[in-house]
Amino acid sequence: MKTEQTAGPETERPPARPRAAVVRDALGVGVAVGLSGFAFGVTSAGAGLSVLQSCVLSLLVFTGASQFALVSALGAGGSPFAAAAGAFFLGTRNAFYGLRLSQLLRLPAPVRPLAAQWVIDETSAVALAQRGRAAARLGFTVTGASLYALWNLTTLLGALGASALGDPNAWGLDAAGPAVFLALLAPMVKGRAERAVAALAVLLALACLPVLPAGVPVLVAALAAPLVLAARKAAAR
Amino acid sequence: MTGGTGTWIAIGATALGCYGVKLLGLSVPAGLLERPLVKRLAALVPLALLAALTALQTFGTGTLRLAVDARAAGLAAAGFALFLRAPFLVVVAAAVVVTAALRAV
Repeated sequence: MKTEQTAGPETERPPARPRAAVVRDALGVGVAVGLSGFAFGVTSAGAGLSVLQSCVLSLLVFTGASQFALVSALGAGGSPFAAAAGAFFLGTRNAFYGLRLSQLLRLPAPVRPLAAQWVIDETSAVALAQRGRAAARLGFTVTGASLYALWNLTTLLGALGASALGDPNAWGLDAAGPAVFLALLAPMVKGRAERAVAALAVLLALACLPVLPAGVPVLVAALAAPLVLAARKAAAR
Repeated sequence: MTGGTGTWIAIGATALGCYGVKLLGLSVPAGLLERPLVKRLAALVPLALLAALTALQTFGTGTLRLAVDARAAGLAAAGFALFLRAPFLVVVAAAVVVTAALRAV
């Protein structure tokens, strides 16, 4: 065992964030977002999906934006393939999270197929916010486990209770999604390039929304990243 | 009955596709990440997507139209809570409560 710091007890400076703080942060995100599975269950049932279908989505798809996109498209009478395509495109961002997480977590190959299901916005945000591999792994695991368990439980409750609740929008539950995304986004927007990417992405998404099918505007908005990088490179020349 | 089958097809396709991209990201060889451009893009693309999703879910509707409604006020409340460094659950609750309150009046 290595001594972490040579500082004596009088200095009282922890070398990294204590494990308890990482767990607390991870549980905060896991519980808050996990509870919003209730909003998904209600929305899914409102869109005409059965309780079983709603639960299978949360168990197997387990990426909130894609699930919301799929059930709204199906509820609006969209074709199954267009609905699935939109949901899939929304889910492609998880590949980019995985790209960063694989470097950060360095998971052994046998664990990867299991860990993959937990690669989503929230687990990535918590893991990437930690300093050091051990803290990142802990943050990823605690967020993933708590969120997966709660998201599926509240999906079931939401789908079962939808008829009793009436209109989910009357309860403001449709504002939970964007608030979650904003909370994830805020700590990422640090420098000038980040602000430019965020602003351009918002503009592109809103400009495309009225003219492109659901799920496509978000992909167009992803172009903000290479566009801003290219513009900065050109300006630096 | 066709509606049920179609829905199951959509669920199956989405589940396979979404799991596939998650696993793909985790399994990409580490050497690819050593390139600075890829590193920079891997950091900036999720940021762009989250910003776009925030805007789309705040101002989007099911009918290819933009709308400014109670959700915008809810999001502003969430932004204010973030500014005050409130915990995650408080941020989300602020958005939900403000949106619901505005719709109730």
